[in-house]
Amino acid sequence: MAMAAEDIEALIKAGIPDATVEITDLAGDGDHYAARVVAESFRGKTRVAQQRAVYDALGGRMGGVLHALQLTTAVPN
Amino acid sequence: MTDPVHSRIDSIVKSADVVLFMKGTPLFPQCGFSSRAIAILDNVGVAYETVDVLQDQEVRQGIKAYSDWPTIPQLYVKGEFLGGSDIMMEMFEAGELHELMATQGVARAQ
Repeated sequence: MAMAAEDIEALIKAGIPDATVEITDLAGDGDHYAARVVAESFRGKTRVAQQRAVYDALGGRMGGVLHALQLTTAVPN
Repeated sequence: MTDPVHSRIDSIVKSADVVLFMKGTPLFPQCGFSSRAIAILDNVGVAYETVDVLQDQEVRQGIKAYSDWPTIPQLYVKGEFLGGSDIMMEMFEAGELHELMATQGVARAQ
């Protein structure tokens, strides 16, 4: 019940093409990750909308196979 | 919507100014994200109610549909969905959570 960091990154980029994605494996167990997603297309969106875009890109895996993903979203500086 | 679970959740969400749906209880959170959410609320110092979704499968599934949000914890302020623990943390660090609670006139913790 875990996902590889590269798979998470690939899914997010497929769903949000302009995203820059940084994944950190927090516990080194391939199960607890932090993701920072920066995208111009987030501009003007609320935090909830930004995170929803990432969850949509992950296509229902969030809360399922992906239990522990700490998520930060932002627009580029 | 006439779905009974939706109506039940709706009345819970509106039963207090601040409602946190979490895994476990404030004293014994059963998940790191829920634990973090409680720490943030305690730090902000507002009065809040919690719902332990582990004790209620109906609510555990229903709350995800209610807010269209796939994870728990979920925070509601004055009946509005605010976000999960990551958004709570970002807002807390930016001082926005204190500001929101003050603007909304949320009661302080006793």
